[in-house]
Amino acid sequence: MLILRGNTLAEIARRNRQEIIKAGLSRRDLFKLGLITSGGYLVAKKGLSARASYADDNETCSSPPTRAFIELLPTPRDGTMPIQTPVTLNPTPTAAPNTAAGEGRTIAHQAFTTFPPKKFYGVTQKAGQVSVSPDLPLQTLWGYAVGTPSMNNPISVPGPLYVARYGEPILVRNFNQLPTNNGGFGKPSVTTHLHNGHTPSESDGNPIDFFEIGHFYDQHYPNVLAGFSTQPFAPTGDINEAMSTLWYHDHRVDFTSQNVYKGLAGFYLLFDQFDTGDEGTGFHLPSFPKFDIPMMFADKCFDRRTGLLFFDLFNLDGILGDKFTVNGKIQPVLHVSPRRYRFRWLDAGPSRFYQFFLTDLNHLSAHNLFWQISTGGNLLPKPIQVESIRLSVAERADVIVDFAPFAGRTLYIENRLQQTDGRGAMDHVILGAGRGNLVLQIVVDGPTVADNSVNPATGPQFYSLPSTSVTDPTVKPRVKRTFVFSDSDGGWQINERFFDGNHPRFTVQENSAEQWTLINDGGDWEHPIHIHLEEFQTLSINGRPPAASPLVTIGRQDVLRLEADAQATLFIRFRDFQGKYPMHCHNTIHEDHAMMLRFDVGPLGDTKQSP
Amino acid sequence: MIRDRYFPNLVLTTHEGRRVRFYDDLIKDRIVTINFMYTQCEDGRCPLTMANLVRVQKLLKDRVGRDIFMYSFTLTPDHDTPSVLKKYATAYGVGPGWTFLTGKPGDMERLRRKLGFAWANPIKDAKKASHTGNLRYGNEPLQLWSACPAMSRPEWIVESMSWLEGPKVDRAS
Repeated sequence: MLILRGNTLAEIARRNRQEIIKAGLSRRDLFKLGLITSGGYLVAKKGLSARASYADDNETCSSPPTRAFIELLPTPRDGTMPIQTPVTLNPTPTAAPNTAAGEGRTIAHQAFTTFPPKKFYGVTQKAGQVSVSPDLPLQTLWGYAVGTPSMNNPISVPGPLYVARYGEPILVRNFNQLPTNNGGFGKPSVTTHLHNGHTPSESDGNPIDFFEIGHFYDQHYPNVLAGFSTQPFAPTGDINEAMSTLWYHDHRVDFTSQNVYKGLAGFYLLFDQFDTGDEGTGFHLPSFPKFDIPMMFADKCFDRRTGLLFFDLFNLDGILGDKFTVNGKIQPVLHVSPRRYRFRWLDAGPSRFYQFFLTDLNHLSAHNLFWQISTGGNLLPKPIQVESIRLSVAERADVIVDFAPFAGRTLYIENRLQQTDGRGAMDHVILGAGRGNLVLQIVVDGPTVADNSVNPATGPQFYSLPSTSVTDPTVKPRVKRTFVFSDSDGGWQINERFFDGNHPRFTVQENSAEQWTLINDGGDWEHPIHIHLEEFQTLSINGRPPAASPLVTIGRQDVLRLEADAQATLFIRFRDFQGKYPMHCHNTIHEDHAMMLRFDVGPLGDTKQSP
Repeated sequence: MIRDRYFPNLVLTTHEGRRVRFYDDLIKDRIVTINFMYTQCEDGRCPLTMANLVRVQKLLKDRVGRDIFMYSFTLTPDHDTPSVLKKYATAYGVGPGWTFLTGKPGDMERLRRKLGFAWANPIKDAKKASHTGNLRYGNEPLQLWSACPAMSRPEWIVESMSWLEGPKVDRAS
């Protein structure tokens, strides 16, 4: 019953939609029937979806049935999520673009001599056959393969995991070997963004720095702490800016949603002397990869007739799938031992908001608590005990779950946040335990093993939060800017303007701090807003300081969940590197429809307050 | 699959009174732009959008009608007959290669939804002007489809169109 429920709901929703369309109900009729809220959207009732207005059967997602919880979750622990390994690159990478050899980069590396790469990697983007479920045909996806094209490795979705360390700069030679025939969606012209990386502009994967089939692009990741170029943190940078869980994904302007949906995404983990990956040292966080497992959540839709991955090309609201993949498999299983684990959760989109709970189907009234140790993939000052975590697209959260009390039992990671269309989860309806989407089954049947990881209940301290204008009155933002995110009937706007990759809206002064206020001008949409180069801290949301409970909004983040009618003020620094960077909505459909702006970081900044 | 899902082969009439089939005559093997409009649009942005697209056409020069085809579909086919559309196009200085289309009301509504000029919010969806701001662009044989706001800077729209032509050179930025 569990397995079929999703499809049954979709069928009910489809019938409901048809009834409403046939009845030709007016807004007042819908109001009377209690089917519409004052905000204007349809209330989900027995599966009724707000996409009623779309009318066309074939535009609703109703994937074929698939059995749940029969395939294993791919993990670096089991070798089923490949880990990147260094290679020798020929020709040798150079600071200047090697155009003659076919490099697509057009700008010289700005930090190549300051942080000479110590390790060199190759990654090849190409098409490949991938299984997402034994009940669906093999899918032709686009992915990243370990190494250079001549190594001829298979792709994986998610792509290979990078295990990086602070103080160890790397260079990735990124090859585009994608096919011209896209199989229906996707643009074989790519730019790979290292999400949350403190990265020089030319290696950041800017949306307009794409390169074409047959070419490569050298990306230099210094793996350096922010603040290294100025006092008081020169020359090493501020340890309190250390990041842990990053990811990489395609960022091709206007085609990001299609390309990421097609498979172009993976994890990038950063370790240092505190977050070591060894539970015997540093902060004593569960050891990688045995007890440290990244999880990429992505909802997908498959064609009812062919069983092949379907992307709704002509959707403007945002796209929801009815199949929930974790690390590329639909509803997989993870076996664990009765001890503490670190999970790194990532919402890879394209448009879904999740709120994850730990559910025991035999004890539905239980509140299964766990520990959140990061927001935005950056460690919090100390662990916070939570019952659930809400994530919007591109947000990461690291958690520690102690499975010792659950020995011999089966748990589920369950999404209980109701969302009926791609605009957001505006009403924040939390479904009852066991009534949401069971995305991952966790069976606590592994052998009892030693646990030398820190017990979060003992209150270990991680990094302190860097100062802001609120915590330190001597820290003054150079400029206060305001950005209004709105819907303009055919694209999304920031400050009533659309994206134009050739023109920066404003210039930030390098090594300065700014205060930005982000405003969602309506109740009909939610926007996960992502800012490149450095993470921010939230100073206030809707007039209140960020919270540690029940949802954690404190910490260092690179995605601000701008919920319906919300207003948030952020403190953010722009240090160490110059060049162009974007701010954009990470609902990738909105991003591809112009909810993005370009800003530049340069020696002289401007003071535009509403750019 | 894209054709089955999005491009019904409906019979439409151009502003010059020619009967055409949507897929066979307008979309197949072509690079196209698609937008929706109506001549009696009361929203102040409609004339600005039209003027913007006229600038796009001018920037694309004689490529429009040769390897790029621009299409505007009416949201009010009862009013926007071929002759009304022709007057409208003439008034805005629309050049050759840009075709305005009307048809049976049910067909035009079906086309609008098929092409995704539609919103999940039924109140918003019911407003005709809410469907006039989007410009879809695509290359049918390469299955490349995206969209941009019709009020984007004309130069940026033209640059976006250049991405449809298959593998070429890397972008200098």
